[in-house]
Amino acid sequence: MSALLEVAELRAFYGARPVLHGLSFAVPEGGIATLLGANGAGKTTTLRALCRMLRVEGEVRFDGQRIDGRSTEDIVRLGIAHVPDGRGTFVDLTVEENLRVGAITRRDKGIAGDFERVYGYFPRIKERRRQQAGTLSGGEQQMLAIARALMLQPRLLLLDEPSFGLAPLLVEEIFRIMRQINRQERVAILLVEQNASLALELADEAYLIETGRLVLAGKAAEIAKAESVRRSYLGY
Amino acid sequence: MEGLLHQVLSGLATGSIYASMALALVMIYQATHHLNFAQGEMAMASTYLAWSLIAAGLPYWLAFVLTVGLSFVAGVAIERIVLRPLANAPVLALVIVFIGLLVIFNSVAGWIFTYTIKTFPSPFPPEPLFGGLISSHELGAMGVTLGMLALLYLFFRYTRLGLAMRAAAQNPVSSRLCGVRVGWMLALGWGMAAAIGAVAGMMIAPIVFLDPNMMAGVLLYAFAAALVGGIDNPVGAVVGGFIVGVLENVAGAYLIGTELKLTLALVVIVGVLVVKPSGLFGRVLVSRV
Repeated sequence: MSALLEVAELRAFYGARPVLHGLSFAVPEGGIATLLGANGAGKTTTLRALCRMLRVEGEVRFDGQRIDGRSTEDIVRLGIAHVPDGRGTFVDLTVEENLRVGAITRRDKGIAGDFERVYGYFPRIKERRRQQAGTLSGGEQQMLAIARALMLQPRLLLLDEPSFGLAPLLVEEIFRIMRQINRQERVAILLVEQNASLALELADEAYLIETGRLVLAGKAAEIAKAESVRRSYLGY
Repeated sequence: MEGLLHQVLSGLATGSIYASMALALVMIYQATHHLNFAQGEMAMASTYLAWSLIAAGLPYWLAFVLTVGLSFVAGVAIERIVLRPLANAPVLALVIVFIGLLVIFNSVAGWIFTYTIKTFPSPFPPEPLFGGLISSHELGAMGVTLGMLALLYLFFRYTRLGLAMRAAAQNPVSSRLCGVRVGWMLALGWGMAAAIGAVAGMMIAPIVFLDPNMMAGVLLYAFAAALVGGIDNPVGAVVGGFIVGVLENVAGAYLIGTELKLTLALVVIVGVLVVKPSGLFGRVLVSRV
């Protein structure tokens, strides 16, 4: 598998203060990679850095092209959809309008069909499509956020803590749908998660970050067996 | 009784103009949480532009359309040139910029056109309607502003650009992640606010006459209207505009006299802020600390 996203020596700054100290990792075409780490390790920051939402140095290649100098809006147009932490719901818009915003960069005729495709993954969202998005439950808003990202017809999905604040059953459901999306749409996924065991089950590749540095990288199945990961992140 | 009806109707007519100015304020406030103190003076400058075009011999409606278009461009340009570099500046810096814009527009208009009061033509016939209940300009102004508000509603509700602007105002970060060019949406908002102000200026000028200070009072009423409706709610701004227009007219005729009318706007502003800061339709802001 060739790499869809290749990151080399990525550094990022809040103001003048460096918060990522040279990360290198890759997401294979059509594959799933996960970034693991404790609170404050820099996982969310890494996703934000990929979308140029803060000052970055280093090299980011998407499909072979350098993207680290481009604006957030242009990076999105290449087919990178970012589901941010906090879900980024447009609370005063209806569910359907939220999805339309997700497709706002597209000019093709396929958008109408994409509503049905996306509702197919999330039937609950369809029931609520005329409702204000702010009235949805946390789980439904998470589904809506993923659905909104899918409306872009992305090649790469950046997912920031989709399990955050959700009941375990709901988390399992969302992870099952993510696997389905990955297979059916051939969308590559870069997943940031605190729930390491679920993430390692889903992912092909895994990277462990501690305070802005990469400390471990490898196949997800092998990382899951590593003594240090087991103790610190899987809890057995 | 007929006197009261007359006051209410003419209050609704000026109210429609306050409503549009209030809407211009709310459009910018919603997206940036800034109150543009220069909104009135921008509208005044637009009205002088219309006056010059008409004086140069253009027919009224052509001058009207040109003024709206040029005001839109000027609004976009002000956002791009003056406000863009201050995107991360503290709010006080922006307040100073807005006051600076206000003084600049006011003084430049006075310098070019002098402070002599000018008459501004109405496109509507001079005869009063319905046995003197309402002048045709008042009815026409109401029609024009209501038509404009309806167009704006359709634009924001049904077009892709309107949706992008609403999204950008609500959640700029998430909008950027969906590919919305948020900076341009702000500039468009400024352009539209300037265009709305231009229409309001051209509709109020035949009533208050044209001079560089013509919008000072109107803007105060518009602030009152926006606050009554809830400063972050466009529908509220429009409803508030009508309420303030009627209140001003009726109170002016029966309670406090015309000299103290403007005081009423300030009383409304202070009253709303003390009693119900979120206004009729506004959202109560709760933040976790």
